[in-house]
Amino acid sequence: MSQMSTAKRLQHLAPNVIVTALAAIVTWISFTQEPAGAYLFPRLISVFMLVLALWSLARAVLGISRVGTGLSAETALNLAPGVALILIYVFWAAKTLGFYTASTAAFLLLFTIYDPTPITSVRGWIKRIVISAAFMAVIYALFTLLLKVQMPRGLYL
Amino acid sequence: MEFVNYFGAVFEPVAFMLLLGGTIGGLILGATPGLSPTMAVALLIPFTFHLTPVQGLILLGAAYTATVAGGAVSAILLKIPGAPANIATALDGFEMAKKGEGARALQMSFLASGVGGIVGVMLLIFLTPVLAQWALAFGPSHLFWLAILGVTVIGSLDTKSTIKGLLSGALGIWLSTIGYDDIQGAQRFVFHDALTGGINIIAALIGLFAIPQVLEMLTQGRTPRKISVIEVRPNKVLHSVREMFSNLKPLGLGTVFGSIIGLIPGVGGQIAGLVAYDQSKKWSSRPEKYGTGHPEGVVAAESANNAMVGPSLVPLLTLAIPGSPTAAVLLGGLLIHGIFPGPMLFTNYPDVAWTFINSMLIGQILMVLFGLYVASLAARVARIPTPILASAVLILAVFGSYSVQQSMGDVYVMLALGVGMYFLERFGFSAAPLVLGLILGPIAENNFLQGSMIADATVGRTHYFLSGTLNLVLIGLVIASVAFSFWSTMGPRARRARTAEVQT
Repeated sequence: MSQMSTAKRLQHLAPNVIVTALAAIVTWISFTQEPAGAYLFPRLISVFMLVLALWSLARAVLGISRVGTGLSAETALNLAPGVALILIYVFWAAKTLGFYTASTAAFLLLFTIYDPTPITSVRGWIKRIVISAAFMAVIYALFTLLLKVQMPRGLYL
Repeated sequence: MEFVNYFGAVFEPVAFMLLLGGTIGGLILGATPGLSPTMAVALLIPFTFHLTPVQGLILLGAAYTATVAGGAVSAILLKIPGAPANIATALDGFEMAKKGEGARALQMSFLASGVGGIVGVMLLIFLTPVLAQWALAFGPSHLFWLAILGVTVIGSLDTKSTIKGLLSGALGIWLSTIGYDDIQGAQRFVFHDALTGGINIIAALIGLFAIPQVLEMLTQGRTPRKISVIEVRPNKVLHSVREMFSNLKPLGLGTVFGSIIGLIPGVGGQIAGLVAYDQSKKWSSRPEKYGTGHPEGVVAAESANNAMVGPSLVPLLTLAIPGSPTAAVLLGGLLIHGIFPGPMLFTNYPDVAWTFINSMLIGQILMVLFGLYVASLAARVARIPTPILASAVLILAVFGSYSVQQSMGDVYVMLALGVGMYFLERFGFSAAPLVLGLILGPIAENNFLQGSMIADATVGRTHYFLSGTLNLVLIGLVIASVAFSFWSTMGPRARRARTAEVQT
């Protein structure tokens, strides 16, 4: 029981440590960079941000504040494939394969990963492919034909 | 009565089609669990680039109004509020639906939304010019404090933790300083090429509101959401109209509380709905019936959450201070069209301002008409599986943020902010104050620098920013909002923490 409590406390500590580190870096930059005039307002805000971050960190260290649901192992496991897919889609596939190819693949894959229909079901695949194609057709009509936005082309469309 | 002159513009073919489309689309989006009004409006902004400012705002305003009302559909039929504003509606609405009175509950909710919404927009019409005139007297120091007040009010009211809410607001203000500074043209905090031009507000809005909802949908994994399918039996609309007007007390209370709460920046539809529900229960001759499928509960909650929409735009249009996250997104929509709201809005752009406000009035009527007849169709939309919704919102977010400036940098910023916000939200941080910080940051900075220059040449900074009646009132409000938040959360929170400690 106490191990779980320590794990929870550490988990709630992590975002506070990150935000405090960020506030410290921003404050340091605000007070050291030139031209000083450009950093006048950031200096004011960064000090305020650092004070609040330290306060929040202290509360997390003392275990006073545990606001929010945190991230359970089950939630993290459910999220992991989706987050990985989204990162690959945006940071690699969109430019390399082309916006439309990558987006169609991302839609189909995300839908497939989280669709409760068994992966071996032929009807399930037909449904997923038809919905993905129809949705991407709507997106193409909206952005390329209607709004005339030039999307990046990669190896494919 | 200047607004009457601009009704014609609402009925121009393109504008009216957009109003119709925004209303019907908004009802459908609102009825879809997982799509909040803020996110719906943020995702719609890229579609307004090719429209005139008036047309773009008509579309966004109609979507805002209709998504809030549409959220009642899933609240009543599925007990899943389409938006936080519909939480109170679910309490009695779902119980009515279980008794086979789903259509009656839906009809009453749309009628009550319409009445509340129309009163709210009328308040917007009559209060805004008065406040705008008054705001003309504001100088840089007042506008600086006003921007800070906007962030602190949302930071302290719209979150579970006051400190984390204020920290989110400060983080947002800092994010707004990334890029070139306006006075010296120096680059600040540019850690990556994607940040060279600063953070694009629309990409940020899409990321902060859409991506966390996509990820939240994915947390269900492959387990489908359990939905109890409720049959909607037909019900005569005229019967519901008569019945709703026999519930004048909850209708009046909902409308009054919704309107007042809407005027307070940061309080929002969720609180409007819950406060009106609670007050209506206290004033009711049959309070024991609340929660068991009592129409009064639906009428009070829905009239309040739509009555809040109009007044929530008053601080936005008069002072450029968005009163709610959705109003912040609307501000983004205004800025992208080169329109800066504030005291001069009604002098510089009367056509844009009045046509937009009038369209919201007509939009309320259309919302009732379509709501009454498409409610059963919208119920089907509410059952769209989450994997489809998550995939669709993700793709729309990527395409929408790219199309802002046709830049992959905006997509990276959108995704980084969205994923980061999702994880921060799970630990008590909140997107709303961060967004307001991001939007109000430049207003605060520009007025701070302008005020500093005036102060350096005259009375000195301390005297300039910390004296004078209006400055002191605004500083007092900043302190009061934070103090009230601490006071209202510390007691119950401490008790909860103690209980949790005992349980573990």
